Amino acid sequence: MTPPLAPVKDVWVYLSASPLLWLTLTLLAYLFAFALYRRSRFNPLVNPVAISIALLVGVLAATRSDYATYFEGAQFVHFLLGPATVALAVPLAEQTAKLRRAWLALTAGLAVGVVVALVSAVVIAWLLGASTATLASLAPKSVTTPVAMGISEKIGGLPSLTAVSVVLTGIVGAALGRFVFDALRVRSWAARGFAIGLAAHGQGVARAFIVNQEAGAFAGLAMGLTALVTALVAPWLAPRLIALLT
Amino acid sequence: MLARVDAVIAPLATLLAFQLAGEALAYGFKLPIPGPVIGMALLLAALALRPALLDALRPASTALLQHLSLLFVPAGVGVMVHGRRLADEGVAIVVALVLSTVLALAATALTVHALWPRNEDETQ
Repeated sequence: MTPPLAPVKDVWVYLSASPLLWLTLTLLAYLFAFALYRRSRFNPLVNPVAISIALLVGVLAATRSDYATYFEGAQFVHFLLGPATVALAVPLAEQTAKLRRAWLALTAGLAVGVVVALVSAVVIAWLLGASTATLASLAPKSVTTPVAMGISEKIGGLPSLTAVSVVLTGIVGAALGRFVFDALRVRSWAARGFAIGLAAHGQGVARAFIVNQEAGAFAGLAMGLTALVTALVAPWLAPRLIALLT
Repeated sequence: MLARVDAVIAPLATLLAFQLAGEALAYGFKLPIPGPVIGMALLLAALALRPALLDALRPASTALLQHLSLLFVPAGVGVMVHGRRLADEGVAIVVALVLSTVLALAATALTVHALWPRNEDETQ
């Protein structure tokens, strides 16, 4: 005789293999983390991405679920990175007058920032004894996730380690940007936004939009240009730098 | 009712269409530039030619960009796959990421700040 209701364990086994559960938990974890962030009055150190990741890794570890199963559900959120990148054109279009006036400052900042972000990550990790595959994985760390993973693959890195490095970089940049800019007495929203978008990609952009619309627009511009320039420069620069060091 | 649906779907379809065009160009011409970035450049050009498009796209793009952070969570959870490597090289990875990010923030901000046109109100 079969019982009229499925046992709780069977329901769990069924749901834990479905994309629905992990997609729902991803959104709930983020809502909770964002509520904390809001309650802290958007303190940069209460990072919603870091909190969400910690919660989800905790749930996955406690239920012995693997990342591949999780990602089957979470990929629907991951996918939106593409259209979100395209959407950055909207705030940018509202800043075209400023772009025309300040193109020299922005171009120079872009060139300096892209090289510093790549070279310093590789050199510091090398000084601390990281392996060659790790060095290549860290090189594109300031570039938005989908682009960084593509670059990493091209230069002999591990795309999944790059994805993690990119997210950690975003957490660090979003948390520390304000303190770095204040210490250097850089007060213009354009310069602050551009720097945080360059160094901390989409998470820097998200942080900048919370602080100021103009900073957000310049952060979005920097994120797009950094992806573009790093995609052009890294496949040439990173292998030569790593070969020189190792 | 239909107008409300269009207000959501039309902007989303527009963003996806530009991304699609970007991906097609990147693949077709074997460009090293990622498709979504080309899509962003194409949309920027389209907005310059047709400013009316800006009002149509603003609500959807603002909604998407306001919670851009959420979109990084799935990739970040991948940290669990690298437990082994993080145990071996975690210190090097974390120190390199933190220092390098601070250096990139500082170098970029100082360069942009130093070269910003003088006649502009900088503090606002």
